Amino acid sequence: MIYRETGQFKTSYAADQQIFPIRQDRIGIGILLALAFVVVPLTAGNYWFNAILIPFLIFSLAALGLNILTGYAGQLSLGSAAFMAVGAYAAYNFQVRIEGMPVLLSFILAGLTAAGVGILFGLPSLRIKGFYLAVATLAAQFFIVWCLTKFPYLSNNSASGVISVPNVEILGFTFDTPQSRYLLVLTIVALLALAAKNMVRSTTGRAWMAVRDMDVAAEVIGIRLMRTKLLAFAVSSFYCGVAGALYAFCYLGSVEPDGFSLDLSFKILFMIIVGGVGSILGSFLGAAFILLVPIFLDIVLPWLSALLHLPFDGATVSHIQLMVFGALIMFFLIVEPHGLARLWQIGKEKLRLWPFPH
Amino acid sequence: MIKRFKQLTLATSVAVACFAAAVPAAQAAEEQFFPILSYRVGPYGANGASLFGGFIDYLNYVNMKGGVNGVMMTWEECETEYNNAKGVECYERLKSKAAKAPGPLHPLSTGISYALVDKTAADKLPLVMMGYGLTAAVDGSVFPWAFPLVTTYQMQASAIIKFLKDKNGGSLAGKKIVYLYHDSAYGKEPIVALEAESKLGKFELIEIPVPHPGNEQGAQWQRIRQEKPDYVIMWGWGVMNMTAIKTAQKMGFPREKMIGSWWAGSEEDTVPAGDAAKGYMSATMNVAGKNVPLIADIEKTVYGAGKGNLKDTSKLGSVLYNRGVATAIVSVEAIRTAQAKFGKGKAMTGEQVRWGLENLNLTEARLKELGATGLLPEVKTSCSNHEGSGKVKMQQWDGTKWVALTDWIEGNKALIHPLFQAEAAKYAKEKGITPRDCSKEK
Repeated sequence: MIYRETGQFKTSYAADQQIFPIRQDRIGIGILLALAFVVVPLTAGNYWFNAILIPFLIFSLAALGLNILTGYAGQLSLGSAAFMAVGAYAAYNFQVRIEGMPVLLSFILAGLTAAGVGILFGLPSLRIKGFYLAVATLAAQFFIVWCLTKFPYLSNNSASGVISVPNVEILGFTFDTPQSRYLLVLTIVALLALAAKNMVRSTTGRAWMAVRDMDVAAEVIGIRLMRTKLLAFAVSSFYCGVAGALYAFCYLGSVEPDGFSLDLSFKILFMIIVGGVGSILGSFLGAAFILLVPIFLDIVLPWLSALLHLPFDGATVSHIQLMVFGALIMFFLIVEPHGLARLWQIGKEKLRLWPFPH
Repeated sequence: MIKRFKQLTLATSVAVACFAAAVPAAQAAEEQFFPILSYRVGPYGANGASLFGGFIDYLNYVNMKGGVNGVMMTWEECETEYNNAKGVECYERLKSKAAKAPGPLHPLSTGISYALVDKTAADKLPLVMMGYGLTAAVDGSVFPWAFPLVTTYQMQASAIIKFLKDKNGGSLAGKKIVYLYHDSAYGKEPIVALEAESKLGKFELIEIPVPHPGNEQGAQWQRIRQEKPDYVIMWGWGVMNMTAIKTAQKMGFPREKMIGSWWAGSEEDTVPAGDAAKGYMSATMNVAGKNVPLIADIEKTVYGAGKGNLKDTSKLGSVLYNRGVATAIVSVEAIRTAQAKFGKGKAMTGEQVRWGLENLNLTEARLKELGATGLLPEVKTSCSNHEGSGKVKMQQWDGTKWVALTDWIEGNKALIHPLFQAEAAKYAKEKGITPRDCSKEK
């Protein structure tokens, strides 16, 4: 009932082609954005900003990047963390080496640098597919981390290889409070998510999906495979690169190459698998699930064990947390292999028919 | 879905907060809260369990003896799994509780301390990196809130070179030394110091990195076999140490010529390596064993009352356990020092604890009072010297236990400390920090 679209007629192409054709979705997104931009900054505490919301948004962006590549263009990749690293180190170098460089410009340049590197490592995708490609992108993961460790120039000759980023300052305003950083990250992520949503609805997106579904057929109908695949790599790496820059500048403040390990790549991959492969919303849901559930369990389990007088110490709790987390992932994937986004979609469809299902 | 979830999390955290808030309200005494970012699971879990066990045992011990002038120590642990992002999350979670009267924070991870240096300074919460972390923080004029206390990697590297020099009649000229290191911030920090030493001492330095976590070192040791070095200095942590010792045995490299850093010299490294470890040497900033009166007393008092933190009590008196106790001692002494200036029997604010850390004076006499003679070197800090000691001992594994070989050895301060200042100056420039004038500090 909530989602009943009765009476919502489209009388123009523009109306039919808008991002959210159903009025309820538009209202919902409006409310969500209002919440995110107005209510949350006014009400949330520092812990929420620094430990939950900012990393959530940053990883959503990285997951979005991987989702464009894997979910929409069908190219498996295990190098997302490496592209994030490229973004983080590139943004740092632009910022430190060029006097008076605007931060936002260095974020964009970082994204472009990552896109360049992404294209380079996307080249094998022209010959190989699927798991073979995943292994080729694995090379990116190892090579880039090695490269950042090997050449001290990239970390501005820091003795330890760790970079510590300068303050984020835009037009004279320093983003040093958690609120301001959150708003900065939120704005960038919202804009890029909007761009992604539009991209996948456009010719480019359809070409990606055609390549994903059957590349030979796509080629036959005149889609240039090389261009399409490399574009997917470039766009995906751009998103990951910007996410990496934000990770360094707005979240951790200092990063080392080891922080962008294979583990992180896997984490981003799990985000899109759990969230929903080939869905913009799924990237956000997946990031929320992978990041928040462990923290949630971490807070709840000790409390629960105290309440029930169970003799758990910290280590046991964190083992239980891993088990519960793993079990939850399996549960979700068994119940809905297409991820949380698909669950949400099913929910919406049910609501349209409610209270009279078929 | 996500909104529901957030609500749920929020509701639960509110409930948890209320629950936690209700507990201390029962006691009216002044309290000093230690946020403990520990790790007992993950790749370095065994090391973390010993060290934080010692840390918490000492806090318990202090409480059982009546606290610091009546101020009780409280703490809460958060599991980081040695992961930087989790460390930051834990820090954010615990910092509000520590806002009023924080004990110094010890992340025991170079990566986490790097991520927290700026945050702790902004939150006015003192960060202590005892024997790890951002070593440039020795220069307190740029880093008022960060303390690489007792000694740093660079000073340790320099002390190891000094030890080797003494062993070789005062000169290492013409010798060949391999530096085998964990390829991370931790392993790289001492390279500048070793390079400076090699130029000064005219010995050849060969740097061989081992990728994380280091459980495969065939290629590295093949190279060592070809190079035939006189010594191997090893900067490892966790599984890398054991693997190195075993591989050295397999390749026929004498362990008597291997010297580890203090993070490569604990029972966690030698016991699993078995016979292979016999003769292996390492630096250390605290002695092992229960001969220290304080450790024996902790065993009697804390474990006697059933309040011990270690599950595996055989770890009592191990290198890392004793280091945990030493870490807790400097923290508690900083609070004591602060109380002496700002009011005895009161909980100290972050600002005051910071002052305490900067004006620490742990003399031999004070250590004796604590029953900790020899457990750690004398520590005397100041605004321009947040290290406070720079001394290490050398120890050797005799097959069953660590035996101290030397007295405290101090690294070449005149060579090393300017390196810190240069690094700190660079940091200040990048971050736009104006250093304090240390000559004006009281």
